Order: sequence, then C-alpha cells, then structure tokens
Amino acid sequence: MVTSVTNFGRSGAYDWMVQRVSAVVLAVYTLWLVGLIFFCPMDYAGWSALFGKTSVRIFSLMALLALGAHAWIGLWTVTTDYIKNGLVRFIAQAGCGTVMFFYVVWGVQILWGL
Amino acid sequence: MNRKRPVNLDLTQFHFPLPAITSILHRVSGVILFVAIAFLLYGLDASLADEASFNALIETMDGFFVTLIVWGILAALLYHLVAGVKHLFMDAGIGETLEGGQKGAKIVIAVSVVLILIAGVWVW
Repeated sequence: MVTSVTNFGRSGAYDWMVQRVSAVVLAVYTLWLVGLIFFCPMDYAGWSALFGKTSVRIFSLMALLALGAHAWIGLWTVTTDYIKNGLVRFIAQAGCGTVMFFYVVWGVQILWGL
Repeated sequence: MNRKRPVNLDLTQFHFPLPAITSILHRVSGVILFVAIAFLLYGLDASLADEASFNALIETMDGFFVTLIVWGILAALLYHLVAGVKHLFMDAGIGETLEGGQKGAKIVIAVSVVLILIAGVWVW
C-alpha cells in the first residue's frame, strides 16, 4: 500500500476519523459560543470574566487544536485534489501548515495571555 | 469502429446535480473559514485586551463594510456547520441513496439559508 506522506495521520481511515471527531468538537464549541453571544450579549466585564474561567480556556484550546487538525485535513484534501504539480502542492500545503501553526500559537497567547 | 455512435456534447445540457453544488460549497466555505480565523482571532484578541479595545471593536463592527464581513464569515460558518452535520448523518447510513442525497442537499440549502438570514438580521 502506498501511503501519502503529507496527510495528517498515516492512513486515510485515521484522517477520516480525526476529521469527524474534530468536527464534533468544533460544532459543539461553535453552537455554545455563538449561542451564548446570541442569547446573552455581554459587556467587557462579562466577556473577560467568561474567558478568565479555566474551563472556558480549556474548551477554547480544545476547539483550537481540533481546528488545527480539521483545517489541515480539509486543506490537504482540497490542495491534493486541485493542485497537480507536486512542488506547487507541497509549497501550498506547507503554507497552510505554517498559517495553522501561527493560529494555534496566537490562540494560546490570547487565551493564556503569555 | 461504429461511426454512428450517439454523440452529445451540447454543454448547455450538462449541469451539476444539487448534491455536487452543496459539496463544492462545503469546500469553498471551509477555505473561507480558514482565512476568516485570522479575523476571528484578531477580534478575540482585541475584545479581551482591555475595555477600551473592546469598545473600539464593537464600534468598528458597526461599520457597514465590517458588518458585511462578519455576516460573510457567519454565513460560511453556518453553511459549513449544516453541511458537516449532513455528512455525519450520511456516515451513519442515513440518506445515502440517490433520492436521499438529493433530499439531504435540499435540506442543507433550506436550513442554511434560514440560519444565514437570521444571522443577517442579527448583525444589522
């Protein structure tokens, strides 16, 4: 079996499962956060108190890491489908990975205020 | 070789079936969201920095152009979410037939249009 070296896990089945598990985490996080802002608008005090809670920070970090895996697998799939030139595809995927890495570091910095 | 084979290259007769359109929109919205994360993280950063920064962000979001971007991001998010949930249903074996796929695509379009309109009313 020929396995791709640029996908997230070492097999398509693994990627498939990670994509779904991360999707559920992201769906729950999105519904929670958007629902919260929609149903109870907050001022600065309420908003900063919310993200001051350890539980909210951990939940947000979980969503951020799920996003990293989810976006990597999704963008890997899209770039693999549409970019046929190996070098161009590698550069595009490396670019996506770099941006994703920045997002994760930035998010951690926001959440824990390093 | 049989030269009388029927040939149909009338391109105007070809069209994507609805499930193909919802599928490509799922991909497009995913790529949009990847870019949008930068704006969302920027917003989260600004909203948590201090009270002045929080109020400045709220004020910025009142601008027409920024509101439009926020609505666009919400639209991509809601569509991606609804289409993703449909995927999970199909993974569970629900709606895998030809009719099921078409029905699922119609439901995805209908539900996301309603949610995107609600989001539009909300941000304005």
